[in-house]
Amino acid sequence: MANYSTNEFRSGLKVLLDGDPCSILENEFVKPGKGQAFNRVKMRNLKSGRVWERTFKSGESLEGADVIDLDMEYLYTDGEFWHFMMTDGSFEQHAADTKAVADVTDWLKEQDVYVVTLWNGAALAVAAANFVELEVADTDPGLKGDTAQGATKPATLTTGATVRVPLFVNIGDVLRIDTRNGEYQGRAAK
Amino acid sequence: MTSSDWQPSASLEALRLRASLYQKIRHFFQQRDVLEVETPLLGRAASTDLHLASMAVQADNKFLQTSPEFAMKRLLASGSGAIYQICKAFRCGESGSRHNPEFTMLEWYRPGFDHFDLMDEVALLVGLLLGERTVKKLSYRDAFNGVLNEDPHSCSEQVLVQLAEQWTGYVAASDDNRDTLLDLLMSQVIEPTLGRGELTFIYDYPASQCALAKLSIDAEGVQIAERFELYVDGVELGNGYFELTDGAEQQRRFDRDLQQRADNKRPTVPIDQRLVAALNHGLPDCAGVALGIDRLLMLMAGTDTIREVIAFPADIA
Repeated sequence: MANYSTNEFRSGLKVLLDGDPCSILENEFVKPGKGQAFNRVKMRNLKSGRVWERTFKSGESLEGADVIDLDMEYLYTDGEFWHFMMTDGSFEQHAADTKAVADVTDWLKEQDVYVVTLWNGAALAVAAANFVELEVADTDPGLKGDTAQGATKPATLTTGATVRVPLFVNIGDVLRIDTRNGEYQGRAAK
Repeated sequence: MTSSDWQPSASLEALRLRASLYQKIRHFFQQRDVLEVETPLLGRAASTDLHLASMAVQADNKFLQTSPEFAMKRLLASGSGAIYQICKAFRCGESGSRHNPEFTMLEWYRPGFDHFDLMDEVALLVGLLLGERTVKKLSYRDAFNGVLNEDPHSCSEQVLVQLAEQWTGYVAASDDNRDTLLDLLMSQVIEPTLGRGELTFIYDYPASQCALAKLSIDAEGVQIAERFELYVDGVELGNGYFELTDGAEQQRRFDRDLQQRADNKRPTVPIDQRLVAALNHGLPDCAGVALGIDRLLMLMAGTDTIREVIAFPADIA
């Protein structure tokens, strides 16, 4: 892959650091009036998810990482891998392992579209859209007349995720959930 | 080039602030009988500094200046007396929240002043523009020691490598020299702490970082450069010297710079022989300083982005 010098580092650029694929978040140019220039770079390690801050001499370069984000439809899981298919009409399939789906297992619904990050052609991470619609698999029945403000109960969705919902929600209801914080947003329009 | 980036990145208010700043600067120097001069932006010679890349103008086989220093010293050697200039300076590859490759410098020279006298005058001017602040003067050694607990002139390179890693995560390369590590620690660790709510001057720089300043021996018997820098709210605002007047020493420094450039695989550049000739003729003892006008405006406007005080930064010029 091509090498990128520090003055080419832009937010979103994917590079290899210590063998791990990283996404550049911020690049600050620091130079004393007379002296060596440096770049203070913040990046997210795409394997571990952690944010690193490193300083480089200006002009140093890092190897680009073959990382790409693609839209894919979730097909099914065989327990070991989660299978996705490209939505571009190619029918190309990719298998993501437990680690890659770790952040989204609560929100996986067959035929929904997710963003799959590929590194060297293999699925590295999967991200859900900001909102998903999932069905309630189990919850206590709402008691008639129980309209106390703000009162909530736990509900288990078909994915196994638990969310707090208003008391009137019943099994079978399809809920709209914000995947960023796991919160109930409302019932999906039927 | 899109049609939507024709507008300035600085507000009208910022443009007005710049105009008012220039008026104040001119008034300040007029009161003190310092003459405003204008010298060429284009010259035969480039900067020999290892870390500066002068912009070449192919059509004319010349370079744009990285500072008006050489031309102003030629004027001083001709008997101009105290002079100042507000002008553009150009440096390749310097772009960031505090850098634009084309920027504005205020540079002035005071025959008969040493650098401590000049620091006082700088403090007066900056105090007028930013409001009264306590003035602090700190040696490079004390500034370094105060934060990192080591003497920058005498500690081993190994110690600097460790400090660099500890404080910034920087991994030293085998060919990194002492100055690279000192620059890293100064710019990343120490500078952000300087001038907070004050005007802080750092003086007595390492001899290896003397540029065009005189060298001397400090109270501890260590050779230092008679150079100072001004920091305000963690921002480097100015660089000044008790100017080198010895033509032979200037020539030696230029030659050393070219050797360093060659060693670091940087392109060689033409030396300013006319400056050397001027020094050989005789430069009066003087102190000089360069202040970053755009940085000064950033502080006056309360912004940390240079784009907000420059009408059209490099990417939309």
